[in-house]
Amino acid sequence: MDILGSFALLLALLAAVYAVGAGIAGIVTRKALLTKSARNAGLAVFLLVTIAVGCLEYYFFTDNFSMAYVAAHSNRALPFYYKFAALWAGQEGSLLLWTWLLSTYAFFALLVNRNKHPELMPYAGVVLAGVQIFFLTLNNFVASPFAVLAGADPSGVMRLSALSDGHGLNPLLQYPEMVIHPPMLYLGYTGFTVPFAFALAALLGRYPGEKWIHITRRWTMIAWCFQSVGILLGAHWAYAVLGWGGYWAWDPVENASLLPWITGTAFLHSVMMQEKRGMMKVWNIWLVFTTFMLCILGTLLTRSGVVSSVHAFAQSSIGNWFVGFLVLVFVVCFASYWKNRDYLRSDNQLDSLVSRESSFLFNNLILLAACFAVLWGTLFPVLSEWVVGSKISVGPPFFNKVNIPIALFLLLLTGVGPLLAWRKTSFDALKRNFAWPLLGGVVAGVVALIFGFRDIYSLICLILSVFVTLTILSEFFRGARVIAARDGSNLISAIGELTMRNTRRYGGYVVHLGMVLIFIGIAGVPFNKDIQKEMAIGQTLNIGPYSILCQNFDRVTNGNYDSERATLEVFRKGKSEMMLYPERRFFLSSQVTETMVAVQSSPLRDLYVVYAGRSPENGQPVIHAYLNPLVKWIWFGGIVVVLGTGLALLPNRRTALVLRPVEQTWGELVSASKSPIGVIARRGDASD
Amino acid sequence: MKVRSKFLVGSAIIVVTLVSLAYVGFTQSKTYYHTISELSGLRGSTVHQRMRVSGNVRNGSISHVPGGVDFVLTEQGQDLTVSYVGRDPLPDTFKDGAQALVEGKLRPDNHFVADQVQAKCASKYEATPGQTAGGPQPAPTSNATPERSAGN
Repeated sequence: MDILGSFALLLALLAAVYAVGAGIAGIVTRKALLTKSARNAGLAVFLLVTIAVGCLEYYFFTDNFSMAYVAAHSNRALPFYYKFAALWAGQEGSLLLWTWLLSTYAFFALLVNRNKHPELMPYAGVVLAGVQIFFLTLNNFVASPFAVLAGADPSGVMRLSALSDGHGLNPLLQYPEMVIHPPMLYLGYTGFTVPFAFALAALLGRYPGEKWIHITRRWTMIAWCFQSVGILLGAHWAYAVLGWGGYWAWDPVENASLLPWITGTAFLHSVMMQEKRGMMKVWNIWLVFTTFMLCILGTLLTRSGVVSSVHAFAQSSIGNWFVGFLVLVFVVCFASYWKNRDYLRSDNQLDSLVSRESSFLFNNLILLAACFAVLWGTLFPVLSEWVVGSKISVGPPFFNKVNIPIALFLLLLTGVGPLLAWRKTSFDALKRNFAWPLLGGVVAGVVALIFGFRDIYSLICLILSVFVTLTILSEFFRGARVIAARDGSNLISAIGELTMRNTRRYGGYVVHLGMVLIFIGIAGVPFNKDIQKEMAIGQTLNIGPYSILCQNFDRVTNGNYDSERATLEVFRKGKSEMMLYPERRFFLSSQVTETMVAVQSSPLRDLYVVYAGRSPENGQPVIHAYLNPLVKWIWFGGIVVVLGTGLALLPNRRTALVLRPVEQTWGELVSASKSPIGVIARRGDASD
Repeated sequence: MKVRSKFLVGSAIIVVTLVSLAYVGFTQSKTYYHTISELSGLRGSTVHQRMRVSGNVRNGSISHVPGGVDFVLTEQGQDLTVSYVGRDPLPDTFKDGAQALVEGKLRPDNHFVADQVQAKCASKYEATPGQTAGGPQPAPTSNATPERSAGN
């Protein structure tokens, strides 16, 4: 059992190498048997890595402290779910998780398409296995999770040794979200490998037609969804655990997870230009490549301490491997592009500034600008040291200055873009589609202004949020009304029918609604309040509509930690509303103090209370209270985004209207788009 | 070509706006990193810039004074006296021997006035060689928070 894990990892590496070798040989010789054998090797990698992961989990659950990794990240008293999550508490295990999730994706990508796309799959299999070789090399030779503790006995012979108890899991990670957050984020990071593999495969194999783009888009949506969830869970973890009252600080690790999300978002939009109009092919393929490279860069930043090295104190040599891999990936991408660039010629030109195409172009331009700004700000300490010799960092003001206007412009496009026609939109159509939503937004803005809403960005955000929501609702309403009139059904079931007929379009609208909710939540930031006060028993603290009465301070202890706890009663308008128990825990095995925030969350505002320790001067407990409006909307918006993405991934329900994909001329499509039924019929062929 | 040039003009406006916003944000928030030994060699305007300095908290040097906390940072035999005047309580990890990163300005008498302090204690699992870059990626937050991780 002890060596099974390492052997499985080694075999997985061999299988991946074989998959690449046999795959290339199969492509060159066109022998179906070789190709099939390469694919089976690719499938085997997943099973072998799964065995390795199972072994490591087994060591955690059996408290095998002769394993260095287990000893460093677990202890006997650790609850079982954290023993499970301790797998990704450190470098070696995180990389193993990376490899495992990647091999899982590869497994399903190969399995689902095993009898399809015979011209495409061999290439995709080779690319997937190639990426796996890199990570398996790290797992086997650079950061092996199966290192054992050993020491020399008196006669000088090396023997295995074991600790009686492990060092324990970092208390910062002892929070329910840490069980789910890293796998989600990694599912995002690794998931972008699949679209990358298909894009590179299509380019290398000069795969005819746009079929590969349908496959790529679906896999990108899956990865994008996980990445969104991962980012939001990370933000929620930072909010709920770190006790500083915020959820996003533009630190390098957060930025690293945002970068591929931004380019992935750009791709999901611009890919429609290629599907519908045969435009932006070069752009799209580079977006996929860039997204994958940003995933690798993100892992590099997270793992190596390249950027945070000055304020972080951990260094590791693993960064060099990632830099090398990144360079290799770029060279391969560029070479394939250069060799096959004629394959990516555009079929059409931009016709009008007021068109769906140009809204996508602006969407992409602005997303790329955001990506560049975030990347620039994140890497600035490194770049400035190279160029001028002194390390300069930039703070949140830089990121906010650039990204808030970008975000608001994107929000505007979210409302405008989907309702513009392809090629050219007439002024009449503009008026018909946007007059009411725009009026609604302006009215909301005026009302807010009257009620003393003075923050300019939040005000714009409010106006745009109302505008976008109304345009989306009107889209649902207009489509549903036609169906309801024809079928005699009620409007609600017509909305369901409408959505299921074109899941991609209406799922996309639901995602947009989720984003609007997230925007509303973020727009609450300028209205945050906080107050810090030394409090004795019986004293009160006032914040917003609440007054907080300090009832008691006590100490709690258990095997894992000692804790100091405050008992606070919260009053509103003189009425007792709730009790809050902020804590400070001292973890025994790791000797670390942790803050446990008490949050009372409601749709309108979060009351967020931190026990900030005792005053050094008089030993009085210090309570720090925050009032954060609308934070809950962010988490709720995240759920809506996930539901929308899930909806968009569902196959369309076929209707009698959609007989079969028809090659229509664009003139017909534009005239057809005047009626919503025409829209449905036209969109039917976009399913895949 | 007309549409194309319109699009280019629109793009140019957007890009120029963003670049100027970025420049303003950059000048507002840029912070220089220095080591303690570099501080004495700073000349001219660089002395007055906002900067970050890291080092270890010298054992026994932490003293609570009215309005703040004084302590001594040391790195490679060089010392720096620091006064923390920030509003937030110091992080839990800030104690004797901890590695700390202070942000603020240098007074002419080589006394550092910090409004932000981040600290990371050399706890055992984090200090174990080879495990260091693992679990929590220490990266700063905007406040005096001990450490955070969001990506592992």
